Amino acid sequence: MEVIARFEVPYYQYLNEESAVVAPLPEFAKDPEQLLHLYRLMVLVRTFDAKAIALQRTGKLGTYPSTRGQEAVFVGMGNALAKTDIYVPYYRDIGTLLQRGVKLSEYLLYWGGDERGNVFSADKDDFPFSVPVGSQPLHAAGIATAFKIRHQKRAVLTVTGDGGSSEGDFYEALNVAGSWQLPVVFVVSNNQWAISVPRSAQTAAQTIAQKAIAAGFSGEQVDGNDVIAVRDRVAAALQKAREKNEPTLLELVCYRHHDHTTADDATRYEPQEIREIEWKKEPVARLRRYLENNKLWTEEQDKKCHEACAAEVEEAVTEYLNTPPQPLESIFDYLYARLPDIYAEQRETLLKKEVPAHG
Amino acid sequence: MADISLLEAITQALAYEMGVDPNIIVLGEDVAKNGGVFRATLGLLDKFGSERVRDTPLAESMIAGISIGMATQGLKPVAEFQFMGFIYPALDQIINHAARIRNRTRGRLTCPVVFRAPYGCGIRAPEHHSESTEAMFAHTPGLRVVIPSSPARAYGLLLASIRDPDPVIFLEPSRLYRWSKQDVPDDGKALPLDVCFTLRVGTDVTLVAWGAMMKETLAAADALAKEGISAEVIDVATIKPLDIDTILASVEKTGRCVIIHEAPRTCGVGADISAQIAERGLMFLKAPVQRVTGFDTIVPYARLEKFYLPSEQQIIEAVNNVMEFA
Repeated sequence: MEVIARFEVPYYQYLNEESAVVAPLPEFAKDPEQLLHLYRLMVLVRTFDAKAIALQRTGKLGTYPSTRGQEAVFVGMGNALAKTDIYVPYYRDIGTLLQRGVKLSEYLLYWGGDERGNVFSADKDDFPFSVPVGSQPLHAAGIATAFKIRHQKRAVLTVTGDGGSSEGDFYEALNVAGSWQLPVVFVVSNNQWAISVPRSAQTAAQTIAQKAIAAGFSGEQVDGNDVIAVRDRVAAALQKAREKNEPTLLELVCYRHHDHTTADDATRYEPQEIREIEWKKEPVARLRRYLENNKLWTEEQDKKCHEACAAEVEEAVTEYLNTPPQPLESIFDYLYARLPDIYAEQRETLLKKEVPAHG
Repeated sequence: MADISLLEAITQALAYEMGVDPNIIVLGEDVAKNGGVFRATLGLLDKFGSERVRDTPLAESMIAGISIGMATQGLKPVAEFQFMGFIYPALDQIINHAARIRNRTRGRLTCPVVFRAPYGCGIRAPEHHSESTEAMFAHTPGLRVVIPSSPARAYGLLLASIRDPDPVIFLEPSRLYRWSKQDVPDDGKALPLDVCFTLRVGTDVTLVAWGAMMKETLAAADALAKEGISAEVIDVATIKPLDIDTILASVEKTGRCVIIHEAPRTCGVGADISAQIAERGLMFLKAPVQRVTGFDTIVPYARLEKFYLPSEQQIIEAVNNVMEFA
């Protein structure tokens, strides 16, 4: 017997759970302004998330998938993207999308049951939400194929969950990205739960990152509660994609600190003590401690930051709640570039229906 | 100008449109060097190069999924599935994404893609190579389903499908790929989508069919003419959206209708045509609408498949039934 191949999966972390620096910081993290910017974004996302859950509980929003505990994953990804890159989201991505120009009110509109939440009025190129789990990495590979055919120095970033990494489409996307050397970065936000099924039941693989190896490219595991590590590794992978047409898989290890969605009840399956242990690693407090330890942030500043975020969220909620529903004909009007004549009669039938009360 | 087969007409249309539109990308399993298992993409690699004519890894959902991604970037992928029976892994991508991207984004992103596949039985192929499940796609909002039945219509309808700004399922009757030849000028002229073609004008009965069943249907119309029965023959061509007006106008004239399809009977497209005639044209009818279809069975393997296919004789019998009724 001889060994014909060996593989490694690196793990990246800069700030550990006590907020101590455990590796030389990347260049951007030496700039306090950049870290403060990431911190403010994470606070905004957490504030928004709590408000969205409250809106759902009071009947003002539909089923909503919380992003609590995954702020570093999405804020870090959004911060690493270049404007000319394309982002292909799943559905907990407010932290990324708000840096792409998507308004908080648009995000609420989507979860409030309005297709215009996918219009992304100031973000023309990014993909809409993808609810069928794990299907969107293929779209990312297709977009990356277009970039490569046109010899554009652009990259595609896409994300799914640990559950999504079990889908066939996920493997098919990795496989073609390796085979065709596509400028795409696949992220798995490993929040440890696919509704009620734990990460340990998804796969016997030691890491999800190692799934890249079978597709012929590198995979890295990253501390997804460390926004510095997320920002750094996603940026490096995107750079590699743009410059060398090399794909990467990044497994961002984090934790889902909420039910799967507001329609779920995690107390049925999730041991409370695990969540308590995981909460000690959560990303917002981790960066705050680091900033405070380094005299870059004070309690007073933090209070003001939370107040400003709350005000921004309130404004978005008001805008969302004051958005009138779409006209009825919108049900038909985006099916085809031009609605075939045969549907005119059905459309007329629709228009004769009583217009529902506002909201 | 040499006459060409339906298969050659597909190649001719692809080559023509790739020549005028650099955004067209042909992709699929074995489509490049091998020219496809039926040779529908033969010669395209040499003409247009490996960037635009791409062999993919063997994964149908992937073929559909990356086509969607490419289409949103202004490319026009023409993806080949080797046989209709192998499309099913791609259904999630086709139904949940290709058909919905425009609607989901209120028109911000669109999906101008053509998914081509040979379909139908009668070529003595193994299991899964004989499917006619066009109704599945016809049931899906946001798709077009187009099925040619002659070299000229294959050429003109494929050009139209590629130029269409929305996703098209383009099903090619493999039984007719090399069956007959005709002169098809390579002039880039598309035929209209969303309309039926009246192939033969008649006064006694309307025969409605599509794809490979046009062969038996036209033969039956010939035989009926010799018996003094004048059949109008309609090739539906675009299965979705269905041009019911042309069918109704014909039934108003003839008062009788026989619908022929190879697909299983239950919930086949014939059921919908029949229902629409009942809803909107009942008073035109002198006799009940008849359907001559495949059975509600798995398509038998090669040795028995000819007994599955509706025959010319079955069509003639159905016409005789409606003629005798009134």
